[in-house]
Amino acid sequence: MRFLLIPAPGPKDAKGEADQPIDEQVFAAYMKYNEEMQKAGVLIASEGLQPGATGAHVLFSGGKRTVVDGPFAETKELIAGFWLIEVKSKEEAIEWALRCPVAPGSDEVLEIRQLTGAGDIPAELRAIIAAVAPAWSETFR
Amino acid sequence: MTASDAHRAIDAVWRIESARIIAGLARIVRDVGLAEELAQDALVVALERWPESGVPDNPGAWLMATAKHRAIDLLRRRTLLVRKHEALGREIEALHEPAAPDVDAALDDDVGDDLLRLMFSACHPVLSSEARVALTLRLLGGLTTEEIARAFLVPEPTVAQRIVRAKRTLAAARVPFEVPRGAELAARLSSVLAVIYLVFNEGYSATAGDDWMRPALCEEALRLGRILAELAPEEPEVHGLVALMEIQASRTRARTGPSGEPVLLLDQNRARWDQLLIRRGLAALERAEKLGGAYGPYALQAAIAACHARARTASETDWARIAALYDALAQLAPSPVVELNRAVALAMAFGPAAGLELVDALTSEPSLKRYHLLPSVRGDLLAKLGRFDEARAECARAAALTHNARERDLLLERAASCARAARTNLNQKER
Repeated sequence: MRFLLIPAPGPKDAKGEADQPIDEQVFAAYMKYNEEMQKAGVLIASEGLQPGATGAHVLFSGGKRTVVDGPFAETKELIAGFWLIEVKSKEEAIEWALRCPVAPGSDEVLEIRQLTGAGDIPAELRAIIAAVAPAWSETFR
Repeated sequence: MTASDAHRAIDAVWRIESARIIAGLARIVRDVGLAEELAQDALVVALERWPESGVPDNPGAWLMATAKHRAIDLLRRRTLLVRKHEALGREIEALHEPAAPDVDAALDDDVGDDLLRLMFSACHPVLSSEARVALTLRLLGGLTTEEIARAFLVPEPTVAQRIVRAKRTLAAARVPFEVPRGAELAARLSSVLAVIYLVFNEGYSATAGDDWMRPALCEEALRLGRILAELAPEEPEVHGLVALMEIQASRTRARTGPSGEPVLLLDQNRARWDQLLIRRGLAALERAEKLGGAYGPYALQAAIAACHARARTASETDWARIAALYDALAQLAPSPVVELNRAVALAMAFGPAAGLELVDALTSEPSLKRYHLLPSVRGDLLAKLGRFDEARAECARAAALTHNARERDLLLERAASCARAARTNLNQKER
């Protein structure tokens, strides 16, 4: 089973991402966490994301599409990256998530989401997918 | 936390921690079987306590500390019995050193060395191949006896027996808990790699409808391979094996059709190949090659698999390179099956006549006498050369030799179409 671990600021997170300097100790702890998962043979992929300020938003509202470039006033809910792990059970994914380091005094949520497989999609929806996206539908796990 | 929640959490902790705990204990008690029993004892204690107390913050360290206490007790009792104070005093002293509870310590080289020693012990040549597999899955994979039995379609008591006997054999042979050095290392490492690949293939050959534990063996073998790749990062063949398994595993979705029928490599829908695993496989192969291991047996097989993985369509396959790689493999590990594969690659690269020449040379090979792929390949090449009568006979022979009903149907169909083509040829000549 593959799970995505997605770290995000928690509800009580007061600091925006922009004013957080890189704490070397915390950074090292994260890298050690990567190393541990790599050595345990469970880490399949992981990527970091550039700060949200360097990205853009496309807003869909009232039938209109609007592009807004960063930085944004609202910085909550920004994700900094992800880990993709291959484990035997959700409990094992949770067990790995529990080992994720955390910066002192920070408020974070580490979301655990299982990747969907072909079996998770109802037959009627699969029929639609096969009809309108034949090439892509073949890539389902 | 309900009892069943706790049990599932304990299972997960066990899967992550058990190998390291057993390995650490084995260094202390110098007996792999005893180390496993001590670790199991600690697990039993956890199963009793954690449902009430909750899972501790550092469950791995908790289990290790509990198991170490049991080891101390045991060694003390033995000390009293045997009165070998000097010999065991040092060991007991070592046990009183503070346990290493955090991630830092988990990353400590010692732990890695212990794990590597455990792998070498479980795959020791003094054990039978089945025993090596069972012990490796048990000690390194953290699988239960029941899981191993289901995966290998054998009764549970058989696996339990195998494991008990394997532990006894290791103890009786006084197999040292160490990583072999020098000339011995290569042979012992190839035994470890063979066990992992055996586990992988057992899962890979599983068909639809089989217990899900069988395909899970592929994931287990991949995990063990990935672990080994970081334990012995300087060994090119480890990366070669990992590359081979990653690339083969990338095709899992494409290699069976809707009703579970096998789909041959060249007929597979490549959109269904797992690109993530292919990327990982190619990266592992590059690691093997950078270490100078391009011509190891696993790296060569991985390189062949990589040729297929890189081709976006079957027609883009670099058959000349595949033929050259099979040539290298044939020199390294000569085998009629490798020769047959080389013949197929030669035919694809340079035309059916080039392949047929090699296949003809194999027809007298005794080990291929009952091997249906030989007449199957020969029939295919003959048909491509327009020699339909001979092709029909070969396809029919292959159909009679295969044990797979679907394959037999396919071969008989090919024989029939060769027969039709032969008649058409004849009619044209008569005219």
